[in-house]
Amino acid sequence: MKIIDKKQLAPGIMQFIVEAPLIAAKAEPGNFIILRYKEEGERIPLTIADFDRERGTITLVCQGIGKSTKEINQMQKGESFLDLLGPLGQAYPIKKVGTVACVAGGLGVAPLYPKAKALHQAGNRVLSMIGAQRKEMLIMTEEMAAVSDQISFSTDDGSFGYHGFVTDLLRQTLEKEDVHEIVAVGPVPMMAAATKVAKEFNVPIVVSLNALMVDGTGMCGGCRVTVGGETKFCCVDGPAFDGALVNFEELMSRQRYYRKQEQEALHRCRLEEAGK
Amino acid sequence: MRQQMPKQDPQLRRENFNEVALGFTSAQAQTEAQRCLNCKKPLCVQGCPVEIDIPRFIKLLAEGDPEAALAKIKEKNSLPAICGRVCPQENQCEKLCILGKKGEPIAIGALERYCADWGRAHQSGEQLPEVKATKGKVAVVGSGPAGLTAAADLAQMGYQVTVFESLHAPGGVLRYGIPEFRLPKEIVDYEVKYLEKLGVEIKTNFLIGKTLTLKELFDQGYQAIFIGTGAGLPYFLGIPGENLNGVYSANEFLTRVNLMKAYKFPEYDTPICLGQRVAVVGAGNVAMDAARTALRLGAEEVSIVYRRSREEMPARLEEIENAEEEGIIFRLLTNPVRLEGNETGDVTAMICQKMELGEPDASGRRRPVPIPGSEFALPVDTVVVAIGQGPNPILLQGTEGLALNKRGYIEVDPETLMTSIPGVFAGGDIVTGAATVIAAMGAGKKAARAIDRYLTERQ
Repeated sequence: MKIIDKKQLAPGIMQFIVEAPLIAAKAEPGNFIILRYKEEGERIPLTIADFDRERGTITLVCQGIGKSTKEINQMQKGESFLDLLGPLGQAYPIKKVGTVACVAGGLGVAPLYPKAKALHQAGNRVLSMIGAQRKEMLIMTEEMAAVSDQISFSTDDGSFGYHGFVTDLLRQTLEKEDVHEIVAVGPVPMMAAATKVAKEFNVPIVVSLNALMVDGTGMCGGCRVTVGGETKFCCVDGPAFDGALVNFEELMSRQRYYRKQEQEALHRCRLEEAGK
Repeated sequence: MRQQMPKQDPQLRRENFNEVALGFTSAQAQTEAQRCLNCKKPLCVQGCPVEIDIPRFIKLLAEGDPEAALAKIKEKNSLPAICGRVCPQENQCEKLCILGKKGEPIAIGALERYCADWGRAHQSGEQLPEVKATKGKVAVVGSGPAGLTAAADLAQMGYQVTVFESLHAPGGVLRYGIPEFRLPKEIVDYEVKYLEKLGVEIKTNFLIGKTLTLKELFDQGYQAIFIGTGAGLPYFLGIPGENLNGVYSANEFLTRVNLMKAYKFPEYDTPICLGQRVAVVGAGNVAMDAARTALRLGAEEVSIVYRRSREEMPARLEEIENAEEEGIIFRLLTNPVRLEGNETGDVTAMICQKMELGEPDASGRRRPVPIPGSEFALPVDTVVVAIGQGPNPILLQGTEGLALNKRGYIEVDPETLMTSIPGVFAGGDIVTGAATVIAAMGAGKKAARAIDRYLTERQ
């Protein structure tokens, strides 16, 4: 659980290489871990962005948004996380289907990367599209390029690549390419938009959901999502689901539930900092 | 006369998480212990799933030797402070007590608790039986009551025992489920430490079925495995609106508060959202725990919504009384049919139907039947669903060749508790479905003996 390397990928986004031989030995694309960094801390689910079975390490990428994630990003090389549990969730089934469009928005690149890598290794033609708010928020671009047959970028402000949403890139790709499957990971509105495009072109789409959860092992049910009219637990049934069946609206609403508390915690956190 | 255990005043306790039942004073314990008839053929022992020599420990207590009394209990039960608090003694040992035929049975549970608390306060019972772990390695999966009991017994028999727990703290339901005011976590810590002193190693953050499989445990040299993973998969009602914000499973609600200490937010980082009007669906001990927790978190009105009547409520009478004293409202013969929410997706009302009791159903209880036209809206902003749990799924999904029964629980030989995989035993809620702490402990004890027999015969 020791952090053996840490680097900043973008403002507020850190990458950690963590010593976790047992988890690395079992990790598959699509798996995640739950970590706690201090006694009073929350259980935070983070995707396994990469793993190295030989070195016994896993790669985690964390964006400091709330109090907990900001504090996790303060952890330094050489320090250890208090608790690390995994690998959790269903592995993403890697098949050779032909051409796969891999679409990521923001931090979604981290969960997308191991899938793209495995899809590429399995002999698929991987067309990657990565979007971010602005140029410096684009992460893991070299890693993604290395496992993609084609890669394109978009930024909301036009500072790099296509000026607009990554889902526009998806649309353009689907217009000219024969794509057999889409994998989309990112903020829920982006996955919802990507699913809409996929449906228009009648291409199957898999999305990876990041519902709020506590234990990550199927015991709290906090991460329930409606998929094809049925309630599923993101932690044990997912996190990947058929995008065409996901009730995104409900998921967005559920993700907003703790916003007030999150802001309170963050506010106090800032007050404490100001008081120091 | 049976001694009554002093309790925190309801008006005070509904505002704090401190323990409700305060335990006997030494004078009370003495007086109560002296009532015991010390029957030659004690029936109480037959009612104890872990076979404590009840008359003997009570006699030692009556003679003024709580230390010896505790040692007597610990011969059979490694978790007395827990059992003394959460066992349904009224349905077990105390139910069979001869004194109960004409008057009131001995308060066996309260006396067990007294001994355990005395031991904790006086640092007694620290001198442990010298046992060398020479008989081989056994893995225990899950650190709830079944696993802890199996681990303690196996360690005392001379096995080297490792307990694997998926959460970051051991205890299972004792840790995440039962609230502080009924079972202080300090006591769980103390009892777990006792196990560690017996030589048991506890590995937290370890999910068997994912981090390692059962097969890999055998490969690592464990000669037998006990599965005590429990029933922790929450059931939902399956009614419209159940995924609205503000609707919790009892597991999530209690885990946030007990394991993650959300009641100390923002000192602890895990939050819980709680409205002013809380409805808890169900009437078992878990429902009572959730309702009383909601009250302590500051809810104005907390009700239990239950589709049957008072007689059918599965919770312990003591807990129902405690809940009532604290001001929990009981809406009986009331069945939720759907939940309604506002434009932001937050729950605002529970639409309920009034029920009446019809003919007995498969469970022997009279079946609740809806009264036509009786629907009404109960305004709520938090709903906790406490209608039971199913088997924890992960280990079962990740283990080939493990036979399950029709309900999805592990199938075992009723005598040996061995599963369809040789050397793998199981017990507690993962076999029986959600039951009690003490039933799980009884299974852990039985499995420990069976494992010992199995490993001895194999040599």
